[in-house]
Amino acid sequence: MSSNERSSGVSLKITGGQLLDGHGVETSNMAMLIRGGRIAATGEAARHAEADQTFNADGCFITPGFVDLYCNLREPGNGQKGNIASETRAAAKGGFTTVCASPETSPVNDSRAVTHLIRDAAVTDSPIRVLPVGALTRGLEGEMLSDMAGLTAAGCIAVGNGSRGVRNARILRRCMAYAQTFGLTVMFRPENQSLAADGYAHDGLVTSRLGLLGIPEVAETASVMEMLLLAEETGVRLHLSQLSCGRSVEMIADARRRGIAVTADVAMHQLVFTEDALAGFDSRFHLRPPLRSEADRKALVAGVREGVIDAIVSQHLPHDSAAKQAPLPATEPGLSSIESVLSLGLSLVKRGELALSDLVRGLTSGPASVIGRAASIGHDDIADLCVFDPEAHWTPDDQSLISAGRHAPVFGQTLAGVVRLTLVEGQEAWVSA
Amino acid sequence: MIANAASPNHLQLTRDGQLRHFLTLDGLGRGLLTDILDTADSFIEVGERRIKKVPLLRGRTVVNLFFESSTRTRSTFELAAKRLSADVLNLDINTSATSKGESLSDTLLNLEAMASDMFVVRHAQSGAPHFIAESVTPGVAIINAGDGRHAHPTQAMLDMLTIRQHKGAFEGLKVAIVGDVLHSRVARSQIRALNELGAEQIRVIAPGTLLPKDVESLGCTVEYDMARGLKDLDVVIMLRLQKERMEGALLPSEREFYRLYGLSQEKLALAHPECIVMHPGPINRGVEIESSVADGPQSVILNQVTNGIAIRMAVMSMAMGGQVAERQQKLTELTERGQA
Repeated sequence: MSSNERSSGVSLKITGGQLLDGHGVETSNMAMLIRGGRIAATGEAARHAEADQTFNADGCFITPGFVDLYCNLREPGNGQKGNIASETRAAAKGGFTTVCASPETSPVNDSRAVTHLIRDAAVTDSPIRVLPVGALTRGLEGEMLSDMAGLTAAGCIAVGNGSRGVRNARILRRCMAYAQTFGLTVMFRPENQSLAADGYAHDGLVTSRLGLLGIPEVAETASVMEMLLLAEETGVRLHLSQLSCGRSVEMIADARRRGIAVTADVAMHQLVFTEDALAGFDSRFHLRPPLRSEADRKALVAGVREGVIDAIVSQHLPHDSAAKQAPLPATEPGLSSIESVLSLGLSLVKRGELALSDLVRGLTSGPASVIGRAASIGHDDIADLCVFDPEAHWTPDDQSLISAGRHAPVFGQTLAGVVRLTLVEGQEAWVSA
Repeated sequence: MIANAASPNHLQLTRDGQLRHFLTLDGLGRGLLTDILDTADSFIEVGERRIKKVPLLRGRTVVNLFFESSTRTRSTFELAAKRLSADVLNLDINTSATSKGESLSDTLLNLEAMASDMFVVRHAQSGAPHFIAESVTPGVAIINAGDGRHAHPTQAMLDMLTIRQHKGAFEGLKVAIVGDVLHSRVARSQIRALNELGAEQIRVIAPGTLLPKDVESLGCTVEYDMARGLKDLDVVIMLRLQKERMEGALLPSEREFYRLYGLSQEKLALAHPECIVMHPGPINRGVEIESSVADGPQSVILNQVTNGIAIRMAVMSMAMGGQVAERQQKLTELTERGQA
């Protein structure tokens, strides 16, 4: 299929398979006709339509394209760890059609110039949609407000702190009041820096046994509580990102009952792994926030199931091998995860912890609604689609991984769930036979 | 099914359960720990001879790789290696390569090029010996001489040897570890060894700021009050208190710590009359222990040092034996495959 022509008239018909809409409602796919970047017809009408090309989706699910609210594309500035071309192609392979790019680049995305740079690079290098997130403070240093209005005008869809904290609560409060002025969403990873201190692992059973420096739960929960109170006071739209504690889920549910405009996400690996992953000093699982206890993991999964947590993110953070080739405490946190998100999610479905509809919602309509977008696959919708085979297997290894980072959550073992086709506005971003 | 990674004990044992590295006491059973103690017992006699040498590591090169400074541990490892007839190279990496910005992996590649057979590693970061064991060429044994807050397995084993010499067995023993458990790799290894060898009670005595989270999960009980903790005790192990603990707001003052948790004659009288007093050293007299107790009749602190050489000889010879056995086994398999 030569995709560039399709938007200018080449049509594609997808036949067979099961449709799952953004809320996970399942219907069988008679046929779906894609023309002019949109879903031109479905069902009976599509079946009889003529198309230039066809794609057989038998045995597959057809869903809206996945939306990632937090990932790092490493451009500008970290070429040895990845770039927009490599990481967006990895994302397309993972079924993602839209990714929000973290402001934590080098230089930080705190100016129109950097935002333009990212958007321009995406136009030429990315097969999928890249939505930049602007820095909440200048240089992400937590001291001065960023040019939030300017960033938004340049194309940022929200402002956030990436993985850095804001030490000073007074400045944080002003950031939120300023963002509220322009109706911006603040995407915030909650962590009290003085409580997290030099830690790099969950303060619990494994850190006690292995003598690792712990980050206590209260480093997250104290910050969640502070942020909820500030959101209540300033009225800003708050999105809490990359949660790790069960208690955070409870506090968010409670805040919502009180009418506070708060949404939340969790990284897929937090739903699958626990502190035990560090038992062999495995530096891949050096993550921030850290993997916590089994009770936390269960509470986070329940949060997704019950809709308290709106979105599942990849928290994709690719590294060069030197960044992970050292004793655990000296390594950098982060995983190359975006290619494995679907497979890890399907493993939770297989275990009966999540319904397939919860997984699809968490990857599509949930995150889309956080940034004021839609994710649906009805007649006349924009053709952002993912077609995946839940039973096909693949093995993440040096040959199969596309990301410049090699540190995938599962490496050298087979996983179920292969994306066959990713379409962005009807154009082919990824295809695998 | 996706699951968390398994614990790394396959790393330090050969397929038939012999030591090939000595990284942690986690996952080592009572049989193997007892083997180490028995082997060390047999080496104590070597130290009493006029010619204190056995040829077990003749022709082997042992590199003492100390990324963190140490006097006692390094010198006892050096003596142990020499008594086993090995060639010994002491490298104080703290002041050489890493300060020039060389990564640990690069330092190792250079050292391996010198055809060493064993690295004795001390490092400030927990897990560094695991990392090294995973990255060295097969056939090179790694001995952990203390890593961060994680483990100090030879220290714990020499403490076990000292306890066994004085108490005969571990069954029925009540043991307390007093002081800065949070930062102590020694305490973590001791708690593990005492549990595996069957001590009846393991108490840790410290204020809440010096205990790791959920410390009971390591297999011990917590006592905040020293007088209660010392009651009926057979063995008391005092830990060293670093002066910088006051700066991190973990303790108000040395004086208050000594008053509450220092071991004085008066407090020791609350324990069993035959209670032995141990300390991994170096001691802070007047901070965690009163001089008259450290030098008193119940103190076995100097026996610990002597036993350190024997334990290190035992562990080094056993790990080298495991490496040799494994290599031989692989050779046999290769030959058999070649013949088949």
